[in-house]
Amino acid sequence: MTVDALRVVSPGPLSTIQDLGRPGYQRFGVSVSGAADRYALRLGNLLVGNDERGAAIEVTIGGAEFEFTSPAIFAITGADLSPTLNGTSIALWETVSAAAGDRLSLMSPAGPDSGLRAYLSVSGGFDAPPVLGSRSTHIGARLGGIEGRVLEPDDGIPTGPVTNAVRPGRRVPQDLLPQYGGDIVARVVPGPQDDLFDSDATATFYNSAYTVSDKSDRVGSRLEGPQVPAIDGAHDIISDGVLSGAIQIPGDAQPIILLADRQTTGGYAKIGVIASVDLALVAQASPGATVRFERISAEDASALARDRIATLRDISFDGPASGTVQGNDLRREYDLQIDGSGYRVEITSGVDGGQTIARVNGVEYVVHVHPGE
Amino acid sequence: MTAGTHPEPRILICGEDALVVEFGNGIDPVTNDRVYALAAAVEAAGNISVAELIPTYRSLMVHYDLELSSVEEMTGFLNDLITSSEPSTDDQNNSPRRIYELPVAYGGAHGEDLDDVAGHAGMMADEVISIHSGTDYRVYMLGFAPGFPYLGGMDERIATPRLASPRVRVPAGSVGIAETQTGVYPIASPGGWRLIGNTPVSLFDPSADPPVPFLPGSFIRFVPVSSEDAKRVAAQVSDGTYRVQMTEHEG
Repeated sequence: MTVDALRVVSPGPLSTIQDLGRPGYQRFGVSVSGAADRYALRLGNLLVGNDERGAAIEVTIGGAEFEFTSPAIFAITGADLSPTLNGTSIALWETVSAAAGDRLSLMSPAGPDSGLRAYLSVSGGFDAPPVLGSRSTHIGARLGGIEGRVLEPDDGIPTGPVTNAVRPGRRVPQDLLPQYGGDIVARVVPGPQDDLFDSDATATFYNSAYTVSDKSDRVGSRLEGPQVPAIDGAHDIISDGVLSGAIQIPGDAQPIILLADRQTTGGYAKIGVIASVDLALVAQASPGATVRFERISAEDASALARDRIATLRDISFDGPASGTVQGNDLRREYDLQIDGSGYRVEITSGVDGGQTIARVNGVEYVVHVHPGE
Repeated sequence: MTAGTHPEPRILICGEDALVVEFGNGIDPVTNDRVYALAAAVEAAGNISVAELIPTYRSLMVHYDLELSSVEEMTGFLNDLITSSEPSTDDQNNSPRRIYELPVAYGGAHGEDLDDVAGHAGMMADEVISIHSGTDYRVYMLGFAPGFPYLGGMDERIATPRLASPRVRVPAGSVGIAETQTGVYPIASPGGWRLIGNTPVSLFDPSADPPVPFLPGSFIRFVPVSSEDAKRVAAQVSDGTYRVQMTEHEG
């Protein structure tokens, strides 16, 4: 039986349940969806001890308040929407302990460069019925999350089982924190329809600053700036596959960067595709922020993405170490992952009241057993 | 058509982990057959680097796992398959057509714009029904919304412009006409197509695998049924006992 762990007091303008999305069904017209800032979602999950694919709540701009209805370890990652717990400010990118009845607020961006979307991750991950392998909410298709819709006041959201307990105060290392806002430079792999733009239009695209429009949403970030006209005005193409980070240039010659809730196919020329490591910054850009584009090769963009995967795989968090072995495990040898480091632990129980010895990575320790803990 | 008349396919780079194989720049059955032939060949090759395929009118998007492969490797892999997967270039495509039959209740409350379409075409409503249901429509691709089929092959005699002002809500299963296209709304959504009928068959069921009753690259035939028959099918659909009829025909 699942018990609700969180109650929505106020969802703000747009709060939804999101994980890493539902790839694999695009040929049937099903959008991938998922967190707009996948890096922040992954870090949030890893912080609270979840698989990086766990479901979190994506809070947009602010205005959101939640009540914990059972004790939980949680973390806020992504945008700084001035999070408070019972009115006291709490840190981002760090695990926090909540008691039943505690109130978490994410009211408004701390500043112009704070980002747009915050992620509330909780140990065990938020639970909702998976649809085609994902809990992500796609509002347009009414799929996933809670009945395919945005969160509403009084929604109760359960969490899954905690498989990897972590302590409060666990932090993402400083050098891995993203810098949102300001002048964003997004690296772009040219293609697949870059040949529909002549050298003047291409030069304009790569040498201009574009402003994020307030018409942006989870489907796409609309930009305003110098026009990027296609040769002979041929902005419309025969509809073909689209993907995350693709930059469409429709008939008004203004770029649209496709984000998580994009459709699976589209009929506008795509001048390039943004490197995934830079797409989170675009997804976090508030209306009024500026974006500049810089060319990168597909090989180099792949290498950046691989580096990021490795960074997240090998991450070791700052703060207190912790680890647990679940259940009545009768093994005497354990391979433990504690905050990113591997430990080989061998337990030798004492005979006739003798000492219990734990050998950790070859070093012996005497184990003191505290009954009842 | 003789060998060598196919345009040379182009492999286009699409970001850090996808390639697009483009077979031409038109909407036609021959080009579309090449797309699905390559998609089938990629699947048959069992390359674990391939993450997802998106076949469309005239191109195939191939997503790959950038931890397992590279632009160069995938380009080579696809180039080899393109050569070996080209469908027959004979006049007759020999692969059988898979035709899925969708029962449709035409007109009245099921299709409020049928009379307008008939008026625009200068014919009786029955004639529109007979023309619309008398063709097998190629499912060129699915896109736009879950399960939405892009169909080709509608008779231009029943072509009708979109509504000047789109409806706020078109019910799921609505069969419509927009210019020279026909289609079915898989889920309720806003829309401006002229509605001529409704099918009780569910075109998108996220609890099924695959979540759609027919695959792109196949064909749809609309079969006129009475309101009563449509109700009966709807009941079977809702209790999970309905199966869409599929027949195979020589190409």
